[in-house]
Amino acid sequence: MNRLILLRQLHRQTQRHFICPNGPVVALHRFKSVRAFSTSLVRPAAAPQTATSSGVDTEGTTLKEPPVDPAVAAVIRERAEKPFRMAVVGSGPGGFYTAHRILKHLPHSTVDMFEALPVPHGLVRFGVAPDHPEVKNVMTTFDEVAASPNFTFIGNTRVGTYTTPDSPKADLEISDLYPHYDAILLAYGAHEDRLLGVSREQDLKGVMAARTFVGFYNGLPSEQDLDLALSQTETAIVIGQGNVALDVARILLTPLEELKKTDLTDKMVKVLEKSRVKHVHVIGRRGPLEVAFTSKELREMLQLPDTSFYMDKSLLDSEMELAGKSLERPRKRLMGLLEKGAKESKPDQPKSWTLKFLRSPLGFHGDDQGTLKSIDLGINRLEGEAGSRRAVATGDKESLDCGLAFRSIGYKSVGIHGIPFDNRKGVVSNEEGKVIDADKNIVPGMYVSGWLKHGPIGVIASTMAGAYETAHTIMNDWNGGAPMLNDQAKEIASVTPTLATPEEKDISQRSNPLLDLLRARGHKTVSYQDWKKIEQKEFDLGATVGKPREKLLTVEEMLKVLD
Amino acid sequence: MASIATAFRPTWTSVGRSIIANRSLALTGSTSGGFALSTPSFAAAQMARAQGLKRSTGAPAWLCSFQTSAFSTASGPVFAKRGRPGPDQGFAVNFVLQDGEEISVRAFEGESLLDVAWANDIDIEGACDASLACSTCHLILDEGSYNKLEEPTDEENDMLDLAFGLSDT
Repeated sequence: MNRLILLRQLHRQTQRHFICPNGPVVALHRFKSVRAFSTSLVRPAAAPQTATSSGVDTEGTTLKEPPVDPAVAAVIRERAEKPFRMAVVGSGPGGFYTAHRILKHLPHSTVDMFEALPVPHGLVRFGVAPDHPEVKNVMTTFDEVAASPNFTFIGNTRVGTYTTPDSPKADLEISDLYPHYDAILLAYGAHEDRLLGVSREQDLKGVMAARTFVGFYNGLPSEQDLDLALSQTETAIVIGQGNVALDVARILLTPLEELKKTDLTDKMVKVLEKSRVKHVHVIGRRGPLEVAFTSKELREMLQLPDTSFYMDKSLLDSEMELAGKSLERPRKRLMGLLEKGAKESKPDQPKSWTLKFLRSPLGFHGDDQGTLKSIDLGINRLEGEAGSRRAVATGDKESLDCGLAFRSIGYKSVGIHGIPFDNRKGVVSNEEGKVIDADKNIVPGMYVSGWLKHGPIGVIASTMAGAYETAHTIMNDWNGGAPMLNDQAKEIASVTPTLATPEEKDISQRSNPLLDLLRARGHKTVSYQDWKKIEQKEFDLGATVGKPREKLLTVEEMLKVLD
Repeated sequence: MASIATAFRPTWTSVGRSIIANRSLALTGSTSGGFALSTPSFAAAQMARAQGLKRSTGAPAWLCSFQTSAFSTASGPVFAKRGRPGPDQGFAVNFVLQDGEEISVRAFEGESLLDVAWANDIDIEGACDASLACSTCHLILDEGSYNKLEEPTDEENDMLDLAFGLSDT
């Protein structure tokens, strides 16, 4: 994976500012390979920065070669005397981890983080399953970042209007941010999902995105209107075989007493209390070696009480034989676990889950009330070499009765007005986090992290790695004199933010031109301290019912805590 | 006594560190030392039980969970309460940083390497707060050291499957 190879270049950076005898203040990096200063302020992305050769001595601390271009040197000089100001759009792991790195390694930097909701943390709060609380421990790091006096959380403030027709109204556009920052980091993730493109997918009751279901049970305010009836059927299907698919299946089949101890929302608990769902089919186009879920999640499924596990074992055997020695350790372990699970599963338990392979959805069928009653599946066979097997339709079909269908084939990002967006790949095109446009030109001062950068896949740790890479790119650009926002502007239409002194604790009192602008409009922003009040309310409510927290489900309720 | 050379190479996010155990860490050290729980989570309780079961003889306690230690939820706050070991207490642990800088600290028996690093402000990533929910603090050991320890648990291996730079030991 190219991503991982690039990430090997990520080294810890320590910055030293040296006063060179000639006067200019030069920022140095302790890298193994030193990224060069760009030799021109306007430079297409096609010729990326190349490393200077010599510069680094054996201790790796001295850069002897000064930049070639005096204009660049002037920019570097100017930057050394003012704080680096970054705006972050989005408050999930993508935004937080990049901010973490910037605040740590770029002295005199300030970060303003905008979040549309009053509550931060993105998918860590709204995506991670309620029965995986330890994964959410990353919030400790986020809290540490937010505790920095140079970090300002600006919640309940939507930046950017989506290019799709039904976008919520933005409080600020990207262009509103330009005068006030040197760089803008886009980290608003993926809030839509991919469609199958089959008949009646969007009009039948009971057919929905896994994303919608996850948002509902995790308390995402925009999904709380979901009309979810688990009482109308015993059979649910999930299309897709990734970790999100298993999350859905697990939430449907886990005994409610266990789920009640988690931060699963009260609304979802009430829905589950009426659930009749007993059988879940997790359906994939290809075979067992192509499943996208991982061992931990599979293990949890196999440990569900009173639940049988069904799978085509002969297919697993034949695919394993084909793969032979070429299997990597993680895949081998996963297949071993599948095999063991199938062998040891007790049949005919009250509940069951089935891994259905070689099936592609062809269309849904509903009853007279417009509720899902069955799905047509095309039967596939596999072709190609081990490791790159393709699904090929055989022409045979089958029908499967079900009253609920969850589409779990991937999330999708959407562009916002003012930034280039690759509709085909569903990401903001970038080079190591630096935004590029459709012609592959660098867009100065614009950066991207998280799922918006590399697509909606991977665990938090992979998002972290990508976010660190972007931080590295940003720091390089700032210290190397690469063009950013506001380089040329002498008269900036904003006040350079004063850095917090150690005595200053309440950052909401600091002058921040955008906060002033929003307040002047009568818009209510939410600070990180405000969020902590909301969180405390959730903890308190949860304590009364034996849950770690009882999530507030509407923006109004969240803001009400702050009155 | 041979020194235990353990190479701790970076995951995606952590910085490269190589840990070289000082000779004062006996290879045949005692195996006492419990892991106090600092987080009341289910995962922590599981880990503690796993560590209790995994206490092997013949390996120093601090190494006892070369990978589980990285996942230990445990000992930080307990040891923090009684402070760090004095110059003649516990064991010496040398952290060798990526640029060759050596940082020598002391560790109590039973502490995890991650706890020791964090207690001494050494920048090792542990995204999930040592709750066995990620792989950012995974260790790479030389074969000899690896063989002295018990096999990682299924839960550890599940996380290791996702680790960058996974090696056999």
